[in-house]
Amino acid sequence: MIEAFELSKSYDDFIAVDTVNLNVPAGTVFALLGPNGAGKTTTVRMLTSILAPTSGSARVAGYDVTRQPEQVRAHVGVLTEQHGLYERMKALEYLEFFGRVYGLGPAERKRRALSLMERFGLEDALDKRLGEYSKGMKQKLALTRAMLHNPPVLLLDEPTSAMDPQSARQVRDAVIELQRDARAFLITTHNLSEAQELAHHIAIIRRGRIIASGSFETLSQRIAGDPLMELRIVGEMNGLANDVADLVTVEASGKDWLRYRVREPQVVNPALVRRVTDLGLQILTLAPLSRTLEEVYLQIMHEDETKENANGNYR
Amino acid sequence: MATIAEPISRAPVSRPSWRRTLANALLVTEREVRDSFRDWRIIAPLLVLTFLFPFLAQFVAGQFTDYVSEYGAQIIGERTIPFLLMIVGFFPISISLVIALETFVGEKERRSLEPLLSTPLSNTELYIGKMLAAMIPPLLSSYGGMFVYLASLVFGDLAWRPQGALVVQIILLTTVQALVMVTGAVVVSSQTTSTRAANLLASFIIIPVAMLIQGESAIMFLAPDAESPSGIGALWAIIAGMLIVVILLLRVGNTIFNREELLGRMIDQINLKRSFQTIWRQVISVDERGTRARNLVDWYRRGIPVSIKRVRSAIIVASFVFLVAFIAGYALGTSPNWRLNLPSDLPLDRVSGEMGVASQYFWGQRPAIVGIVLQNWRILAAASILAVFSFGVGALLLTPAVYVVLGYLLSQIVQAGYNPFPFALAVLTHGVIEIPVIVLATAVVLKLGAVVTRLPTGMTLGQAWTQALGDTVKLWLAVLLPGLFFAAFVEAYITPLVVRIAFGG
Repeated sequence: MIEAFELSKSYDDFIAVDTVNLNVPAGTVFALLGPNGAGKTTTVRMLTSILAPTSGSARVAGYDVTRQPEQVRAHVGVLTEQHGLYERMKALEYLEFFGRVYGLGPAERKRRALSLMERFGLEDALDKRLGEYSKGMKQKLALTRAMLHNPPVLLLDEPTSAMDPQSARQVRDAVIELQRDARAFLITTHNLSEAQELAHHIAIIRRGRIIASGSFETLSQRIAGDPLMELRIVGEMNGLANDVADLVTVEASGKDWLRYRVREPQVVNPALVRRVTDLGLQILTLAPLSRTLEEVYLQIMHEDETKENANGNYR
Repeated sequence: MATIAEPISRAPVSRPSWRRTLANALLVTEREVRDSFRDWRIIAPLLVLTFLFPFLAQFVAGQFTDYVSEYGAQIIGERTIPFLLMIVGFFPISISLVIALETFVGEKERRSLEPLLSTPLSNTELYIGKMLAAMIPPLLSSYGGMFVYLASLVFGDLAWRPQGALVVQIILLTTVQALVMVTGAVVVSSQTTSTRAANLLASFIIIPVAMLIQGESAIMFLAPDAESPSGIGALWAIIAGMLIVVILLLRVGNTIFNREELLGRMIDQINLKRSFQTIWRQVISVDERGTRARNLVDWYRRGIPVSIKRVRSAIIVASFVFLVAFIAGYALGTSPNWRLNLPSDLPLDRVSGEMGVASQYFWGQRPAIVGIVLQNWRILAAASILAVFSFGVGALLLTPAVYVVLGYLLSQIVQAGYNPFPFALAVLTHGVIEIPVIVLATAVVLKLGAVVTRLPTGMTLGQAWTQALGDTVKLWLAVLLPGLFFAAFVEAYITPLVVRIAFGG
């Protein structure tokens, strides 16, 4: 659904996006993460055929972004970073306008608009001027506009940034529902827990370059190492750390707890449990210590910065 | 909870056609006009100017006509009436500038443009839609105001009987002025990111239009053909000239009203150092990629041909215009009305002797070479400035004018029965160098002025203009200045010798 090959965009000497490769099949959510000014919005604009790539190519919904810009824009729904609504219009009037632009018939426009507004809890604000909407409501209406023409590809820039938790949940549920319906999503966000929850594939972009890419599990494994487990026992451990050192890599231990890394917990943990039991100790809990995308993200950014400083490669 | 997952829409985009373009443009227009009519800051002045101001103008016209009649100056009163018709029409269309700036840059500033740019609407559809939206309300108000004014004059105490052609002229003037202001506003808007900056730049539109209105007013009062049933000739010329400006501005607007330009330009600050660096990079480049010249020889060998190649079409156009100017001058000289009837028995051997005196008189005490170069440079500098502000047209008016004079002089010499060869030699001895240099200089500034009307593929307005300016500086340094000095040297020291020999002095 979205394929980009060595996509680049530069302005004179400044390289905004540098040879970015993307592949987002139907039915998946792709999260593009990165600091401000990393090139996320420029990438989205190239995929929407708003900006022409300096080099490289991309196809969205089967259409070439350079040669078939109108087809591309007709088949993507875009939530832009700034929602930019027409504040003197009412919601239905606004959606009616965009529905006509996308070539929807009168009945279909109205039905889609009402259904989406109901889904996002905006049904009570139909007659309000958009200038009276709260920030979150505006964002939900902008999202409604992006989904109005039922596109196969959705490009969402910070889809829940201004929303309260309940609204953000509604949006995430909508994304999951639509993704199951074989749509492709590309989401750029600073909300890492949201990306971790929604995305099948994550790419981290810094200074226009993708510096890491993969599923959360893959990135997590690559960056943070083997899964970290915590074992708690009843009573004191009496040198348990040494007794299991041949099975796992012990990271830290306390009076009644032990943290260790293990590459294949499903194989090693049963043996560890047997050993602990054989030593006459009682297990209170054994659980993986969850790693967050935030930790992984910060680690990746830190490593890239360190590498860049070492190479003296400033842009 | 309502489900939103429906079968994916894969409606094909219909093929581009004029019908589709217009329909989509009108969609944008409808929304924008509706939006404008909700803004009391736009509606209130339009209503006042449509329904109140015409009555005020009619009252003033009546009072003024009565007053000047008491002193026997009825003609001033008579000519005030159509003048006020023009003013009644002009005031509402001045609002089109405000709406246009609001429609284009205001939307950019409020960030509501990007969602619109993300739709399948084409650049042309958006451009036409917004242009019409900026023009329709003020023009409706303008036509309405003129109708009210005319009706009150025709059916009022004055019982004025307007000349049909003059009324048509005023309506056309009003329309083309609105078009100029709106198309100009698009160009201004594309270069700014805030309405504040756009309003400041709008003085580039307001001042010339205000001056034009003053000129039109003077014409309406003073034109000898003011009573002509076919209208005032000078006003027809202004309408035609304005239409050309509109066409050029439409071209520029359509070129720069594209997604890349609108979203690529995010800052208004001037960075002189960076600008100079970018232009200088162009100057010293030897290829399209901007590779620096290795040395002076490399610069001449590879860099100059690249720049000359880029102004190739402009050279062809300039050469053609020079040729036409020369032929036109010659043809003019053969017309009985313009013929000088020179005496055919002038002793030509005296001419060469007088040349030194004439030269000293003309160039003053400065060395002749500097004088000649300064003279040529002045003309070319004026042509360059004119060209930049007239999309290149100015370049084709000023420098070829000299060749109209040359053609004219040649025709007089031939008609007087002199041998044209010595005269041709007097011009061509240095002209062999000077004429190509002047043609190239004209072509370079023509390109500089006209590049905005048709951008090279894949370039933004800024990039294209920077490249053209870089080429201008490069060719001036490498070819034009040395060429002008060399031609001046020949003209100062060799041409007089040649002339002396040819004229037998």
